[in-house]
Formats: sequence, structure tokens, C-alpha cells
Amino acid sequence: MENALDACETHGILPDVHVRLQSEGRSNVYRIRVEDNGCGVPKEYIASAFGRVLFGSKYILRQTRGTFGLGGKMAILYGQITTHSPVKILTSTGGPTKYFCELMIDIQHNKPILRRGGIKVLPNPTYWHGTVIEFTFEGDYSRAKPRILEYFRQTAIILPYANISFIDPDGVLYKFERVTTEMPKPPQEVRPHPHGVDVELLKRLIRRTRAKTLVEFISNNFHRVGRRTALKFLRFARMDPYKDPRSLKPDEIVRIVSAMRKFNDFLPPDASCLSPIGPKLLEKGIMKELQPEFVVAVQRKPSAYAGHPFIVEAAIAYGSNISSPKSGEINLYRYANKIPLLYDAHSDVAMKVIKSIKWSRYKIDLSMPIAFFVHIVSTKVPYKTVGKEFIADRPEIAYEIEWALKTCARKLRTYLTKKERKAAIRRKINILERYLPKLAEFATELAGKPQPPDVSRLFRGWRRSE
Amino acid sequence: MFLDYLGGGVEVSSRAREHKEHILARLREFGLTIYEQLDRGEFPRVRIRSRTTSNIIYDPRLRQFVLGDQTITRSAANVRQVRSLTQLVWVAFFAYKSMLANQPTTLRDLYYNSEAFGIKFKSQQESNEIVADLETILGVPREDFMIFPEERSAVFGDLTIEYTTPDPDYYGKRVNLASHPDGMMIGPSLLSAEFVECNADKVIAIETGGLFTRFIAEKVHKTFNAILVHTAGQAPRATRRFLRRLNVELGLPVYILTDADVWGMHIAMVIISGSANAAHLTELTTPDAKWLGVWATDITKYKLPTEPMTSEDLNRLMLLQRDPRYQDPFWAREINEFLKIKKKAEQQSFSRYGLSYIVKRYLPDKLRELST
Repeated sequence: MENALDACETHGILPDVHVRLQSEGRSNVYRIRVEDNGCGVPKEYIASAFGRVLFGSKYILRQTRGTFGLGGKMAILYGQITTHSPVKILTSTGGPTKYFCELMIDIQHNKPILRRGGIKVLPNPTYWHGTVIEFTFEGDYSRAKPRILEYFRQTAIILPYANISFIDPDGVLYKFERVTTEMPKPPQEVRPHPHGVDVELLKRLIRRTRAKTLVEFISNNFHRVGRRTALKFLRFARMDPYKDPRSLKPDEIVRIVSAMRKFNDFLPPDASCLSPIGPKLLEKGIMKELQPEFVVAVQRKPSAYAGHPFIVEAAIAYGSNISSPKSGEINLYRYANKIPLLYDAHSDVAMKVIKSIKWSRYKIDLSMPIAFFVHIVSTKVPYKTVGKEFIADRPEIAYEIEWALKTCARKLRTYLTKKERKAAIRRKINILERYLPKLAEFATELAGKPQPPDVSRLFRGWRRSE
Repeated sequence: MFLDYLGGGVEVSSRAREHKEHILARLREFGLTIYEQLDRGEFPRVRIRSRTTSNIIYDPRLRQFVLGDQTITRSAANVRQVRSLTQLVWVAFFAYKSMLANQPTTLRDLYYNSEAFGIKFKSQQESNEIVADLETILGVPREDFMIFPEERSAVFGDLTIEYTTPDPDYYGKRVNLASHPDGMMIGPSLLSAEFVECNADKVIAIETGGLFTRFIAEKVHKTFNAILVHTAGQAPRATRRFLRRLNVELGLPVYILTDADVWGMHIAMVIISGSANAAHLTELTTPDAKWLGVWATDITKYKLPTEPMTSEDLNRLMLLQRDPRYQDPFWAREINEFLKIKKKAEQQSFSRYGLSYIVKRYLPDKLRELST
């Protein structure tokens, strides 16, 4: 599903993603079908894209959902291991043909095995583009159901421009419709920033490069590094700028990598490789799925940790359909590169930041009906565990989250204050409406006048300011 | 003694009517200021002299508490005040109607009547406060706008009065206050009555009902040529006003007889110098009245049976010691004596010397002591 969404967004296509989960009759075996309207996969890549783990190692970086090129294939692999059946793939890039195949993965050699005569070419008269994949796996839907639905709902929040539907094994259709056709700008591809380079990556770049000298190699392959900076760096690293990069010995490579981390004169990474969804869309998504009384979202300026650019977006929703959290708990929705993170919220950096903020300064009390949203986009999200479920507390990220939330909180405080003031005026008018006519009546009788004066004009102006 | 300076009945009633007309006019005027502010499109506001403790000052010249210059404003624009301002205007309206209908009411009546007009008071305490606000604005006690307290005290003695109450069954009628052996209740009709003829030459105010009844039975009014007033504990305002009238209009000296404790002493003091609660009112005090007894020094002098003071008694004594009304050497001496002996005695304690001892010995002794 995440691959499906990437396939759409990277190419600026408004995503339509349909997921169907069916019970196979046998206990605990399900058939899943995911259909998207993305860019599709060209014929020559189909087998590798779906049948070889770690396919398409990246020399360039941009923000995508999966970072290792692993997630989708892991799912296919899991299906293969538990039910020993192939995955079916139908895909087209929108040309006159579409392609169908069934394949399995040769786990020992990390190779795709095409079944039943390889890839079938079929006519595509409607010029449909997209991908459908279908496979079976073992699982327990009734147990996973709340998490799965929560996953869809949270995905719909962060993607207000997507149509998402899900038919569950009981035949229930869950539909999340787009409320906007606006999409965030797709991420640009950029070269890696020297602060974030490791030995493995440097070796790969050297293997690939056509540069004859180190200075040429460095200024061509890294993000925001020109000839001047490259020379300066090489002097810092005490390397000969005109050495052939292919002649570097392993210890020299290690020396360059560690010097890259220490050298302070690289320009910070820019964020063109990132695609945050932006405060407007985030607010729309929250409004659409949660219908709060008030929502505010902010986007922080790009920042970087260890050479990886990142942007933090945050939102706070208040009131109406948002319910108060159970005592001691916090409604926190976490996202990384537009993927909802469902597990281990308590260990997440965002949770720690929320707990450290003095909310009373913002007229906020954590027992109020409030939900927090924290979205981190980065070329490399610093997950703390392999399970990719919560984000480590890097100080740079914690700082951005804190200020994003505080900015939201300030706006919420303004809203609450305004609301309070309105309520106070309303209360005041109510009181005056109760007493002033009586006051006028008794005063009029005492004064011996025939008609009490019109008292409503005394607060007519306030009504307008409501 | 005939009170010819007041002239005949016609003049008496016209004077009372004038006073009443004056108050009615003040109430109309109060309503009019509110009306005009509303009519100009303003939130009506009323300035009232503040009755907070810091604004209650002892005036040695008047020998009573008076209000200082601090004022408070009740504004309809303030949500916390619009309610009490409305209540105040209603109380004025209620008083106005009662006066026009010649219907005396009580504080309790007023409290219960409020609901019918859609005016809510949290408690009678609150409505009493609003009545005090109106007293402050008009500068007259509530009895003048026909709102009376519940508690009633009594008077007995050779004084002829003439009713000025508009009720035709009583209007112009004269009655002698010795004509009923239990004493006559001091209520609105008696308070507004004119004094016609008086043959007494002094007033004795008595704290307890038991002693008041015994004094009548023992003919104290005759032997001492006195008007007897029962204060029923702390004298209600009507009683204090009545005592003042006896003192001022008839020139009768007033003597006060209470228990020999701090509370009795203070009953006398309130009749003489007034209370802080009524600092917004004048004409309730009788500065020349005298505390006849029973004094602290009398306890030792007459060897009266005593009870030990409670801590409450002692605290009250300590508090009054700092009170400006008690700075006079006489009062200071009595307080010191109380604090020294830490004992108290009741009026009835003279019974150890026989039932008539207080009348035959104590009263003449004390009267002689005070008139020299």
C-alpha cells in the first residue's frame, strides 16, 4: 500500500488505492489485493521490483515511504513463506499494453522466479496505468482489525487528496474519500549530503563514478558541495585532491568518511528532496477524519541532523469529535514520511516532547479533548528500532517538534481565549437580559413614568461583536 | 406633664405625614435617576456610601459610629453588580408600594415577597443587606419606609400616646402605656405615635423578660416613677429609636439594667453609642443613657453568686477593650474588672438576698450613685 502511494505521488498522480482482504476458506489464510493508479512498472523491471529484495539501491536520495526498498517485498515474502503460493501482478505504465505475471522469490539466491511462461502482454485499450498485486498469507484478521482500520484512518488523515477504500473479510467497505485535489509538490532527487555518508555508500559511489580526481569526485557526487568546498575539505582531510578516487585504500575511505562528519564548512542540506504535506492539507485531513472544533497545523523550516534534511509538521486539534484522553494518556498521532506509526507511542520522541512542555502557559491541560499530530519527513527517518515504529530522540528533531507544537499551542490559546471572551459576552448579555428589563420596570414605576425605556439598545453593539 | 409644645392632634399627624411624604419623594427621586440614565441609553449606576469596616469611624462628637467618605458604585454595566442593583431598585419599589398602601412589612416579608417579582435573593441575609443599602441612600432607618424587624420588645409605664397610623380604627386614638399589665409591644404603630402626656421622670431599660415582668408586678414604675422598657436581649432598632425619642422628646434620663457580663454590658453600649452595623444611620442612639448595672464592680461589691467566664466571654472582652466606644475611664475600669475576676453574674443573682432585694436596695443605691 505504501509502495502504491509512492508510485502515485512521485509522479503527481492523485492516488486512488483500493485494498481488498478476503478469507480463503482455510483458517487464517487471507488473500490481499492492492490496486493503485500509480505510474506502473515498466516490463523490464517487473520481475526485480517484486521479486528481489533490496532492488534498486539508491545513489540519489529523496523522501519515500519505505527507505530500504524492502517493505513490500517482505510482505510478498511473508505470504510465500506462510502459504507457499505466488504473487500475481498486473501493471501498466499507461501505454497500449499491460503486463501480467505470477512470480515467487528464490530466497537462497534472492532471485525472482517467473511462473507459467513469464510475463504476459495484454492489450490496454483504456490506457490504464497503475499496479494490482494479489497474494495470500496467513494472519488473524479479527485480532488485527482495530489496528488495520486505525492504519487506514490515520493514512486518510495525512492524505486528504487520496481516495482509499478497504473491503475487509466480512465484506464491509471502508471508504476514505479525498476532500481536495491539491497535492504536495513531489520530492526532488538529490545527491547525498557528506555529513550523512557511510563507508558503504562512499564505496558504491566510487565504484560508479567517472571522475578522474578526488576533487572532481567530491564536487560531483554530494549535495551542495562545489569545487571550492571540495578543495577545502580535502585539505582538511589531508588528502591529495588529484588522486584517482578508484585508487583509494580502505583506510583512506574510512578517513574520508570520518573527516566528512567532522568538517563544518559544508552547506546544510536543503529540503528540496522532501515533500511535507503542508499545514493546509494537514488541517484538511484532520478536519475530514476527526471533525474537531478547531485545528491548527504548522510546518517548521527544514533542518538537518547528521546530514539528513528533515522537516517537522505538527498540528493540534481540539474539541467537538475529539474526545478527552483517558487519564494519563495522550492522543498522539505520529507520522513519518506520511506513514502512520501505530506502535510504541510511549517511547517516541514526540511523546517525550509533549510531556516536557508546560501546557498551562497555553491554557492547555492534557486532560482536555485534544489530539496532537507530529509528522516528520526526512530522507532518513531516525527510527530507533528495526520495526520502524518509533522515532529516536535526536535533539535536532526534538527541538523542531517542540517549537512546532508550541506554535500550534499558541494559536490554540488564541482561539480558546477568543472563545472564552465570546462566552463571557454571551453570559453577560444573558445576565443583563434577565435583570435590566426588571430594573427598568421598577425604576419606571417609582419615577411614575408611563413607559419603561428600551434597555436592549444598551448591549446591541455587543451582540455584533459576538 | 402635658406636652403642649407639640400642639394638638392635627399638627401631630401632619408632621408625620410630612416625613412620610418626604421619604416617598426621595424614593421617587431615586427611581427617576435610574430611569433617566436608562432613558439616555446609559447603564444606570448608583453611588452608595460604603459600609465596610474600614469606612466605619467612631465620631466622638456624635458619640456613635458614622460612615466615612468612601463610596461604592453599583453599576448595571457590571455583571456582578447588575443583580444587586436590580434588587435595590426593587426594594425601593417595594417600600414605596408598602408606604402608599400603609402596609408595614418585615424583613422576612420582603424576602418572601421578592420571588413573586422575579427577584431572587440567595438568603434573607442578602435581602437584609439590600435594605441596608436603601437605608444608606435615603439616610433613614428602614422603619421609616415601613420595614420592621421580626423581634419585638415591650414598654410599660405612665405615658399616653396618640396613634398617627392612617388606619381609621386607630388614627387619633389615645392610649396609656400602662393600660396593659404585660406591657405594650414596640411596633410600627407605637413608633410612629406621638407622645401626648407623660408622668414618668425616667426610663429603665431591662435586658431580661423575667425582670421586666417582676418590675411591673413590684410596681417599680410607680415607686421609681419610671417607664419600663424590655429590650429582649440586644435592643432592636425600633426599641433603640423609641428610647431615643423618650430621651430627646420627653427629656427623660434612660438607665439600662443588664446581666453582669460582657454581652449585657454591650447591650447598654449599643443603646448609648449604636452599633457598627447601623453606622449609616443616625437618630438610633441615646448618648446620654447610662448603664445602671449590673457592673463588674457590683459583683464584688454585692457579693453576687457568679459563674466562671467562658473563653468566648474573655475573647469578646479583649476585643471590646480595643473598641473606641470603650475608651472612656468608666468603661475601661469595668472591662478591667471583668478581666480580673473572670466571673459573670445574672440580673437574677440578686435573688439570693430575697426577691425584692433588687428593687428595694440595689435599684435605689444605683440610681443615687448615678445621679450624683
